[in-house]
Amino acid sequence: MKVLVPVKRVLDYNVKARVKPDQSGVDLSNVKMSMNPFDEIAVEEAVRMQEKSVATETIAVSIGPAKAQETIRTALAMGVDRGVHVTTDEDLEPLAVAKILKAVAEAEGAELILMGKQAIDNDYGATGGMLSAMLGWPIGQYANTIETKEGALTVKREIDGGLQTVELRLPAVVTTDLRLNEPRYASLPNIMKAKRKPIEAKTPADYGVDTAPRLTVVKVTEPKTREAGVKVEDAAALVDKLKNEAGVI
Amino acid sequence: MAVLVIAEHDNASLKDATAKTVTAAAKVGGDIDVLVAGKGASAAAESAGKIDGVRAVIHVDHDLLEYQMPEAMEATVVALMDGYDAVLSPDGKTHQAYMPRVAARLDTQQISSVTGIEGDTFERPIYAGNAVAYVKSGDPKKVVTVRTTAFAPAGEGGSASVKSESADIGDTGSAFVSEELSKSDRPELTGAKIVVSGGRGMGSGENFSLLEGIADKLGAAMGASRAAVDAGYVPNDWQVGQTGKAVAPELYLAVGISGAIQHLAGMKDSKVIAAINKDEEAPIFSVADYGLVADLFKALPELEAELAKVGY
Ligand SMILES: Cc1cc2nc3c(=O)[nH]c(=O)nc-3n(C[C@H](O)[C@H](O)[C@H](O)COP(=O)(O)OP(=O)(O)OC[C@H]3O[C@@H](n4cnc5c(N)ncnc54)[C@H](O)[C@@H]3O)c2cc1C
Repeated sequence: MKVLVPVKRVLDYNVKARVKPDQSGVDLSNVKMSMNPFDEIAVEEAVRMQEKSVATETIAVSIGPAKAQETIRTALAMGVDRGVHVTTDEDLEPLAVAKILKAVAEAEGAELILMGKQAIDNDYGATGGMLSAMLGWPIGQYANTIETKEGALTVKREIDGGLQTVELRLPAVVTTDLRLNEPRYASLPNIMKAKRKPIEAKTPADYGVDTAPRLTVVKVTEPKTREAGVKVEDAAALVDKLKNEAGVI
Repeated sequence: MAVLVIAEHDNASLKDATAKTVTAAAKVGGDIDVLVAGKGASAAAESAGKIDGVRAVIHVDHDLLEYQMPEAMEATVVALMDGYDAVLSPDGKTHQAYMPRVAARLDTQQISSVTGIEGDTFERPIYAGNAVAYVKSGDPKKVVTVRTTAFAPAGEGGSASVKSESADIGDTGSAFVSEELSKSDRPELTGAKIVVSGGRGMGSGENFSLLEGIADKLGAAMGASRAAVDAGYVPNDWQVGQTGKAVAPELYLAVGISGAIQHLAGMKDSKVIAAINKDEEAPIFSVADYGLVADLFKALPELEAELAKVGY
């Protein structure tokens, strides 16, 4: 089974986003960027499938600027076989990303696409779902556990009320949730080895995809800030404040 | 203009998130219909008709809609969209799982988790709520998920009729196997007036009983940080945050939670925040109205006793 893993380069999860003074977006100059954490979980799962000989080949694809190559290298260092880099300097919307991924999946003959449930920058949580519908494949959203069998997958999903298990016929798309696995750190020898793994260079035009944005960003602002309040002495004082000052209990 | 609102329900009853989404739909403008897609959900459909401002309820009953699986929901919603200019759903996971499929089929860029609608401009938090984007959509049909904590529920004076429609779902390639739902008599996390949350500082699942006593007294829902869920202390559906549930109760009590950006993203819109943490430098105190610097193992029994003193 060929497994495709889309990976996105995003602002590192430990870095607090700063809004640009002209309100045109978030300032991404001179800040630490990393692979979207949910994509790391997807990479880890794909590599484990390969280690169990369930996956015959694993391919990481990133759509983004020149630097997105680093993100692909990270995936390769974790154990993915090869990469596809679709270069663009535009900040593409999930719809355009899904269209490109569909073309890549078809060109590669992927049978399983493992991807993050959301990117922690734009927080759309939409690309996986869109891609699955474009391909006409079933989807296992928010995977907590994945078991593979002949021609199908059993996916335990993290849902609003607990956990739900579904069976999906392959080919399929599965999106990862936090508890699926704990991604490994790439070892130094594997980082070195990753430098020699192939990355194919592509552009959205190679796939004939129209990437024009559908949304116009009017502005991006700072959120409302909360002021720190007061410290209370003890539990009695806390109850008093909540009851008599805030009136919330 | 006509807007389709997708109801949140568990087949047995309609959830509050529906009336909140209707409020959001009213800001988009036009006639509002509510879709109740499920199995044996006619009582939920009846209730949807009572929401103020609803023109009609469309009730689709189908075996494959029992669990509102993404493939079946996609087929059901897309088939109705000829008659609508926009479709809105709450932003719980059930809906987030299929709405992008609807958007793709309509060739539309989905607008996720909106917290405000002003004319044709949608407001939505990005980067774990550290920035707020205001966007306009050029798509002929809009697909929107709604952060329901940001909208008050519509009232209950309506008398819309319920029409039954059939769905042509076909082969979805996916099948429900089983469900393990966390059982609880407490209110639902996303709609609760008071939320009591524990983090890694709780130290174990058993220790959450210290919080449960307080939650029971206050009639509160229980929540948790990611670290507490990852450690297996509590079920995954308790996770509050950027990648868990968003809550905005009257009171959010955070205990043994440091206040990472990702956690704050899910609770900083609460009216009042109280925090108990032994580290006075913990970032949670920078958003807390009331902070108690204390060891939680000492503070929680005291808090429960103090609540009892004032009648809880
Ligand atoms: C992709 C991604 C998504 C994420 N999504 C979420 C999310 O949705 N929600 C979320 O919550 N997190 C999320 N996180 C994790 C987040 O970054 C933090 O790691 C997490 O919130 C920390 O949980 P915590 O505060 O319980 O643990 P810690 O940060 O370890 O804090 C524990 C706190 O307990 C206090 N404490 C310990 N013992 C005691 C005691 N005896 N008495 C009083 N206080 C005590 C400590 O002082 C400390 O402040 C995400 C991370 C990533 C990378």
